[in-house]
Amino acid sequence: MSNVNLTINGGKVSVSGNATVLEAAQAAGIYIPTLCHHQGLAPHGGCRLCLVEVEGMRRLTTACTTPVAEGMAVKTDTPQIQQLRRNILELVLSEHPHACFTCDRKERCGPLDICLRNVGVSERCVTCPKNRRCELQEVVNYIGMPEMTVPYTFRGLSVEKDGVFFDRDYNLCILCGRCVRVCQEVRGAGAVAFTYRGSQALIGTAFGQPLYDVGCQFCGACVDACPTGALVERSAKWMGTPDRQVTTTCPYCGVGCQLDVQVKHEHIINVIPNKDSPVNKGQACVKGKFGLDFVHDGDRLTSPLIKKNGSFVEASWDEALDLVVRSFSKYKGGQFAAIASAKCTNEDNYVLQKFVRAVMETNNIDHCARL
Amino acid sequence: MQERVRQLLASQKVDTGAVIPLLQKVQETFGYLPQEAIGQVARLLKMSESEIFGVATFYAQFRFTRPGDHTIKVCLGTACHVRGGSQIMETIERELDVKAGGTTKDFKFGLERVACFGSCALAPVLVVDDKVYGRLSSGKTKEIIAQHQ
Amino acid sequence: MQTKAFDDIRAHAEKEWEALEHSQKPRILVGTATCGLAAGAEAVLKAIEAELAQRGIEAILMQVGCIGLCYSEPMVDIVGPGQARVCYGGVTPEMVTRLIEEHVVNGRPCSDLALGTVGKGSADGIRPLFESPVLKPQVRIVLRRCGLIDPENIRHYIATGGYRGLAKALKMSADEVIAEVKRSGLRGRGGAGFPTGQKWEFCRKSAGKQKYIICNADEGDPGAFMNRSLLEGDPHSVLEGMLIGACAIGASEGYIYCRAEYPLALKRLRIAMAQMEEYGLLGNDVLGSGFGFHLKIKEGAGAFVCGEETALMASIEGKRGMPRSRPPFPAVSGLWGKPTNINNVETWANTAAIMENGADWYASYGSKGNSGTKTFSLVGKVERTGLIEVPLGITLAQIINDIGGGMLGGKAFKAVQTGGPSGGCLGSDFLNSPVDYETLAKAGSIVGSGGMIVLDEDTCVVDLARYFLTFVQNESCGKCVPCRVGTRQMLGILERITRGEGRAEDIDQLQTLAETVRDGSLCALGGTAPNPVLTTLRYFRSEYEAHILEKRCPARGCQKLVSCYILPDKCEGCGICLKACPVEAIAGGKRMVHVIDQVKCTRCGACIDICPPRFSAIKKVSGEEIEVPPEPIPVTPKKKAAKTEPAE
Ligand SMILES: Cc1cc2nc3c(=O)[nH]c(=O)nc-3n(C[C@H](O)[C@H](O)[C@H](O)COP(=O)(O)O)c2cc1C
Ligand code: SF4
Ligand code: SF4
Ligand code: FES
Ligand code: FES
Repeated sequence: MSNVNLTINGGKVSVSGNATVLEAAQAAGIYIPTLCHHQGLAPHGGCRLCLVEVEGMRRLTTACTTPVAEGMAVKTDTPQIQQLRRNILELVLSEHPHACFTCDRKERCGPLDICLRNVGVSERCVTCPKNRRCELQEVVNYIGMPEMTVPYTFRGLSVEKDGVFFDRDYNLCILCGRCVRVCQEVRGAGAVAFTYRGSQALIGTAFGQPLYDVGCQFCGACVDACPTGALVERSAKWMGTPDRQVTTTCPYCGVGCQLDVQVKHEHIINVIPNKDSPVNKGQACVKGKFGLDFVHDGDRLTSPLIKKNGSFVEASWDEALDLVVRSFSKYKGGQFAAIASAKCTNEDNYVLQKFVRAVMETNNIDHCARL
Repeated sequence: MQERVRQLLASQKVDTGAVIPLLQKVQETFGYLPQEAIGQVARLLKMSESEIFGVATFYAQFRFTRPGDHTIKVCLGTACHVRGGSQIMETIERELDVKAGGTTKDFKFGLERVACFGSCALAPVLVVDDKVYGRLSSGKTKEIIAQHQ
Repeated sequence: MQTKAFDDIRAHAEKEWEALEHSQKPRILVGTATCGLAAGAEAVLKAIEAELAQRGIEAILMQVGCIGLCYSEPMVDIVGPGQARVCYGGVTPEMVTRLIEEHVVNGRPCSDLALGTVGKGSADGIRPLFESPVLKPQVRIVLRRCGLIDPENIRHYIATGGYRGLAKALKMSADEVIAEVKRSGLRGRGGAGFPTGQKWEFCRKSAGKQKYIICNADEGDPGAFMNRSLLEGDPHSVLEGMLIGACAIGASEGYIYCRAEYPLALKRLRIAMAQMEEYGLLGNDVLGSGFGFHLKIKEGAGAFVCGEETALMASIEGKRGMPRSRPPFPAVSGLWGKPTNINNVETWANTAAIMENGADWYASYGSKGNSGTKTFSLVGKVERTGLIEVPLGITLAQIINDIGGGMLGGKAFKAVQTGGPSGGCLGSDFLNSPVDYETLAKAGSIVGSGGMIVLDEDTCVVDLARYFLTFVQNESCGKCVPCRVGTRQMLGILERITRGEGRAEDIDQLQTLAETVRDGSLCALGGTAPNPVLTTLRYFRSEYEAHILEKRCPARGCQKLVSCYILPDKCEGCGICLKACPVEAIAGGKRMVHVIDQVKCTRCGACIDICPPRFSAIKKVSGEEIEVPPEPIPVTPKKKAAKTEPAE
């Protein structure tokens, strides 16, 4: 598709013809608030915060759903737009606790501090695992906290704690539908769906069954997609914000998914699949997303063991490798065979195969995934 | 139940967009959508159960609990509203001790609200099973209920 | 095209129709559309059958659709051999014996019961029905056959000019057909009034081989039934329009999306489609023209929002009926991602008439930019409720006073609500405004699909706004924030106001919320949902203020703000209200002035309904108190009472 030229807030932008206005703005470094938009999902157009003015259009239109066109003139921040956004945001917040936006202590409180605002635990900012990575906070920062003239209503639902990996607290849900869409469009599971309609609409499962009965893979894609604290990893629930984040490769299999591992007090408290990795594009499976806690297991092997007199004895790497070299050099060619593991990376497997052929001089190399 | 749903579904044509007609068929047969049926429709259409439940709960026509022997639908459309439809609803709620959307304890009557049957010129209107009654008053409503008791 | 095939069908149909018209047997036609049935047409039909059988009379008994005079249902037409067709209204099974005896057996129409004659010929003392005040201002294009033909007989349709428009269109090029529809000035009758020819052209020009057309028969406006009547009374006119459209657009498949609450319309559509197949009007080769068209019916499952084009298509695809943003427009990417054209039932029926009689003929009705006619369901507090068809540009006063026969029970006119939940509430200032797309839009309302609900002084407009908001917040699909949350918040405020708990700032807040919902919503449901509130705020602000500031409902419609009192000087102590009160709030005794316990009373109005009109002793008031005795006291003899009971 060839490029088209448009102007956003007066500045010239040139983007691919199949981009949306939102993508064009992002390319030009112009921020447009969004909640229901999520990278990799089809546009939804539900939160209405990305409304922009396009010259020649009768009504304001949503940047996330509108394709660019040659010569388009877009305005993203007129006073009228900002006011409408603030009014819409007020409606969003009438269904979402918002002590976390208005409290001046929000930067200073720890998770276990007593809340001076007397807000219920489940609605408290510091106990929300999405605190500081909540997109609602980001949007409020940009649009400004609206004056709340409509009453806030707590839905009063109980938190769904099916399975061990994450909790679903639909009291915090803003019905952006990102979880539903990622589950259906990307993961093909369809474990959660929009149910009912109108003011009764809610995200849920068939007949409110637990996730493990409706085809959930527990990949956690919904948790990663959720802009609010409605879907949260149990491991991170009471941990507050992490000290640091480490990007690494998932140790479980050869696909090589990139994971952003969040660490606090030298413990992994959460894992978020890396959005920019070309391999997994923000996705992971249940093992990578929720299975990394084995790292801290007391029974985990941290040094090589060598069997002496029928029982394993700890050894140093030098000792262990020496033993391997000594043992391997007894064999050559057809006497030797190796089986590689799907858990190793491509590179590891390549090196092993090279070693078997070049050093051990045999083609007896196989792989556990080749059944 | 399981078997009856299976037989019913086996006799239906399945093409693209078949979800709603299938659910309508199930409801026509059983009077409501049993949980098993949603599961079987899901398997038949290779869709997820939650997705089908999401579709079913979107439409007012579908119900998930056993209906009464007779279904009374009271119109609360605009024409009926301005001519006293809600009084008719209140009369029935009181007479049968049941709320709109519910079923009497003996499962004799189910009471539903509907937005317009298209008989607005005869407002207020109610429908018992498939019979339409127009130009109602509280008195006439009580008579109609008595007829079906 | 093998015109001969169609000519043969037509000749055959005309012969059958002629034979019927000149039959030597008496003909009896009973209106059995849904409204007729609701008024008791079935019992009348049975009575007629029984009477005919008992007397051994051979007559042709036909069931027809509705001619729109719903206020006088059940209706029966009788045609004696060689006589004029006489229409009787308000027929009861008891009247049947006399009608058969005098009219059928003796050949003397009962002029005292007749509403009028229909068609050719005259009868003594009976004026032509179409000259009556209710029908005279009307122009029948879409409804021209309703009530006159047997809707389940395709030959009746063909004999009265049916499928001639299609035959013409098949001989023309697609561009010519579209040009003709454009020239007629026809605008969509489903709501927005978009020019139909232009819409067809977009879809025709859209790239792609597979295209669809859809007939929107969802008729979700609660309080409107134009489409139902048409489908029940003359289904072929809609189907013919669809064939013409399909052929012009190049669509090979069509859907009719009809709400499931209309079982009779669905049945008649199915019968009509089977007949079309039989006559070669559907299938791979329509009338031998080489044009193929297949049609399917989809039953709605109860969702107002599915009247919205993109939601309707999602629903046909088997999904939740949630609208999506445009672009892409349905003409480019619609059903299953293919170019799709959606029109309303009435729009389709109009195109059949346009192709039959020509664009100029059509454009000669109505006003400039608003050509042709529009059907409305005229309901609410008028004397003559029913289905009407009027040229666009007629005034509201003409509709309400001339056609509707004025206000029910002589009460004062207050407002008229057009366009249902998406429309507005217009007061007496607009009585002399023309009914057309632009005028109503400027006033904050819409023509909509044709619901027209007349309100009198007893209808509270704040309560009506509350009613509509209850409706839309239930019917909102829940996808977008302004509509899903905003309508709920608006409803909360309106409920508060009608309960008498309104606050001074409520009006401003309603206004802001209404504008947010209107400007921020994804689809037109949300975009128009605030209209009832915005218009009532604009034209009836003082009523809001009375509710909020004085805790008073001027129309005495809000249950929480009214009280019912029994007037001691009127009560005759008959005790009938005491029995009627569902909550036992009335105390009294024989010949005692009854008293309502204001704490127990729920203001249901049962006592007011039942108090004999000659006493009219119960009064509903708001914002005032009436001095009544605290306990029942003996009735003081009144002058009138003294006359009837002179002994005492
Ligand atoms: C909430 C909503 C409900 C609607 N309901 C109907 C309906 O019941 N019938 C209808 O014909 N059009 C309805 N419309 C309008 C349709 O979306 C569409 O404009 C129409 O069918 C187009 O046909 P026309 O051009 O012939 O008017 C509705 C629109 C909205 C937004
Ligand atoms: S749970 Fe989260 S992702 Fe899902 S709809 Fe609610 S806010 Fe959006
Ligand atoms: S305006 Fe209402 S009906 Fe339309 S998309 Fe939004 S929530 Fe759904
Ligand atoms: S991000 Fe565009 S509508 Fe939500
Ligand atoms: S409003 Fe009740 S039948 Fe239409």
